[in-house]
Amino acid sequence: MKNIFALIAGLLFGAGLIISGMTNTAKVQGWLDVFGAWDPTLAFVMGGAMIPMAIAWAFTKNRSPIAGGSFPARPDPKLGRNLIIGSTLFGMGWGLAGLCPGPSIASLGYGGQNLWIFVIAMAAGMFAAPRVRASMDRMIPAE
Amino acid sequence: MQIDWIYGLIGGLLIGTGGAVYLLGNGRIMGASGIIGGLVDGSGWSTAVERIIFLVGVFAAPLVVLQFWDRSETNITSNVTQLVVAGLLVGIGTRIANGCTSGHGVCGISRLSLRGIVATVFYILAGGLTMAILRHVMGWI
Repeated sequence: MKNIFALIAGLLFGAGLIISGMTNTAKVQGWLDVFGAWDPTLAFVMGGAMIPMAIAWAFTKNRSPIAGGSFPARPDPKLGRNLIIGSTLFGMGWGLAGLCPGPSIASLGYGGQNLWIFVIAMAAGMFAAPRVRASMDRMIPAE
Repeated sequence: MQIDWIYGLIGGLLIGTGGAVYLLGNGRIMGASGIIGGLVDGSGWSTAVERIIFLVGVFAAPLVVLQFWDRSETNITSNVTQLVVAGLLVGIGTRIANGCTSGHGVCGISRLSLRGIVATVFYILAGGLTMAILRHVMGWI
């Protein structure tokens, strides 16, 4: 059951990414390029995605997931240094190549070797991240 | 160009529906960096099958769409240094921040999570500043 939901979610996510144009790095960089030919498409993608998600969150009240278990608790509202530093590093990479994790997987099957280079580097970064976080904590003790 | 926002909206609705299925079905947040990262660093191996099946779906669906509509344009750079630096930044950054555009952006903002909103503000500002400097000041990209 969980695997079926995972497959349906993945297929919808992948189809949505290519149909929306978010697998085209020029459109993502165009959204970030406020001083150039600004492209608002990403705002429509985000806005469109919020609608079913907001309904789904409303549905989680007093219910349990269909496949069992429980819904994710609200995270600790504390923002913290990792959230800020991590998001800033991510944003820099996002602007540099016009790719974030979802679209990089969605275009991996047809985008050629440059996509593979990006995804392998991203995986290396994810592998290294726990160590980077630990050394950050040593340099500046966590709040 | 005019019609792009309609495709954006339709694609966005599909992405959000995927997130809704993952949440209501499995009780999990559809965050691409968390799903991939948990496989890479071993923290998510107990749910590896579900994660891999999700990623197979993300990988496969565009190949089906391409049978009907040539939307294969990626405009990705062929500069290897740029690809490697960008990949490392995205990988390290999303894992340290514990989320990316799908987890913090789509799933977080839609539940009005302060963390999701703040993360999204920071990665958009950082991305915008990166574009401004690299494209308009340095003229590199």
